[in-house]
Amino acid sequence: MTGLTAVDAVTASFARMEAVRAGADGLNCVLWSDRERSLAEARAVDARAERAPLAGYPVAVKDNIATLDLPTTCASRILEGYVSPYEATVVSRLRAAGSVVLCKTNCDEFAMGSSNENSAYGPVRNPIDTRRVPGGSSGGSAAAVAAGIARIALGSETGGSVRQPAAFCGVVGVKPTYGRVSRFGLVAFASSLDQVGVLGRTVDDAALGMEVIAGRDPYDSTSADRPVPGYRDGAARSMRGVTIGRPVEYFPTSLDPRVTALCDRALDALRAQGAQVRDISLPHTDLAIPVYYIIAPAEASSNLARFDGVRYGLRVTGDDGLRAMYERTRSRGFGPEVTRRVLLGTYVLSAGYYDAYYKKAQEVRACITDDFRRAFASGVDVIFTPTTPTPAFELGATSDPYEMYLNDIFTCTGNLAGVPAMSIPVGRVDGLPIGGQLITRHFDESGMFAAAYALERALGEEAHR
Amino acid sequence: MAVTRDDVAHIAGLARLAISDDRMTELAEQLNAILGHMEVLQQVDTRHVETTAQEGNEALPLRPDAGPRFAMHRRLDEMAPEMRDGFFLVPRLATHEDTSDAS
Repeated sequence: MTGLTAVDAVTASFARMEAVRAGADGLNCVLWSDRERSLAEARAVDARAERAPLAGYPVAVKDNIATLDLPTTCASRILEGYVSPYEATVVSRLRAAGSVVLCKTNCDEFAMGSSNENSAYGPVRNPIDTRRVPGGSSGGSAAAVAAGIARIALGSETGGSVRQPAAFCGVVGVKPTYGRVSRFGLVAFASSLDQVGVLGRTVDDAALGMEVIAGRDPYDSTSADRPVPGYRDGAARSMRGVTIGRPVEYFPTSLDPRVTALCDRALDALRAQGAQVRDISLPHTDLAIPVYYIIAPAEASSNLARFDGVRYGLRVTGDDGLRAMYERTRSRGFGPEVTRRVLLGTYVLSAGYYDAYYKKAQEVRACITDDFRRAFASGVDVIFTPTTPTPAFELGATSDPYEMYLNDIFTCTGNLAGVPAMSIPVGRVDGLPIGGQLITRHFDESGMFAAAYALERALGEEAHR
Repeated sequence: MAVTRDDVAHIAGLARLAISDDRMTELAEQLNAILGHMEVLQQVDTRHVETTAQEGNEALPLRPDAGPRFAMHRRLDEMAPEMRDGFFLVPRLATHEDTSDAS
């Protein structure tokens, strides 16, 4: 960035935003922006006496993360026009580090989706191939980075919503350990799973962004009180002595052999850098989707009860009392997928079904967490898998809800277990990006970034071919 | 454990959602299809498993009930659909209509 001012960077970002917005193939990745305000912020950054770590970094923020100067709608009609009275800690930290918020990005409504087709403001298109989805739910953030609008973007993760779109758009996406990053100002979806994540074009950009947002926040009691190591130090770390586990459950015979081949090429590259690779087993992997799609909707049905037309957001009234106002507001305000998940969550928590569904899911979740614990206890330092079974699919290709849920099959385990995980590009199939996933122990983001730097260095341009 | 139209109507009521009649059948079918995939969990032996909401890390600490205060940059009445004298106004409860008619 030498010589480039924040004003230069922000000006270029807005030019790029305009270029990809136009026409029938417009990406639709940006929901809200204010060019003059962003430029004013950029001028203030340029006027600072000391150079801040993120000076000149234009960032995009997912629309479920609170900002003071732009709306926060979660891509939902129920929050149309809502502007938060406070700012998310992650956004404040980015600003303090010298970055300029460019825009709020489109996403699946309340972060519920794997294709970004569930937004009240229309789907986002994948910059690599505009007939295809960018993934979801942080599809707008991934597209904004891939299209060159933002250097770094914030997304949120509940079951893979940063890693899956990162994989589909050919960028780097990081989900930190549960508790590593403050969620103050992140609109809650499923509180035992939600984390803020970072997307960047390179491992270094993602590491830099994560260094800035990670760490204890007094406004979020679920943020862990642990020091944040310098994740960028991972660039200099060797892979010698590092053991990488290749879980057999993530490479079933039904997996596209081209995806398997790209992942094995990545493992070969890590081996060539000194790492040891061995097969491992995470035996409860197949149960992750059923567990996730009980726990996440259950928690969502409770979290989304606050959208009732009383204190903020949409209100739809008639002349038939309070309860009808609640029902009319919520039915008009929530889209079909959110409605489906609230109903599903209410059902699995309701009398007579709690033990069979919710309690059982929590127990199997503990088994999934234990799978990871055993793998790491056996001497594995990093687990490597494909991020998704397929590359980006075409818009409108999937109408069956459960088939869509299967997109999260390799990512939601990380959320259920709370471990850090990230996706980085490892190659292409039919010209479409494929992501490889790196998973490490709780709070070992350093080890994860070190492996990601090594892999990125080893693959070079091959990662994008 | 098949979900019926009546079940959908019941949980929609609990969730304060108004579902139109024509969507009720479709939603019952979708919920049955989704829940059908969850049945596999019943085969897992979890008799010796202990659970917490998020385990294996330090993200569930106890703290005093009063958290730190944070600045609100916008007033509540700028966001609320309807407020008066610092109170949120809502439509009257349907069960109170008789009382109001009498007064």
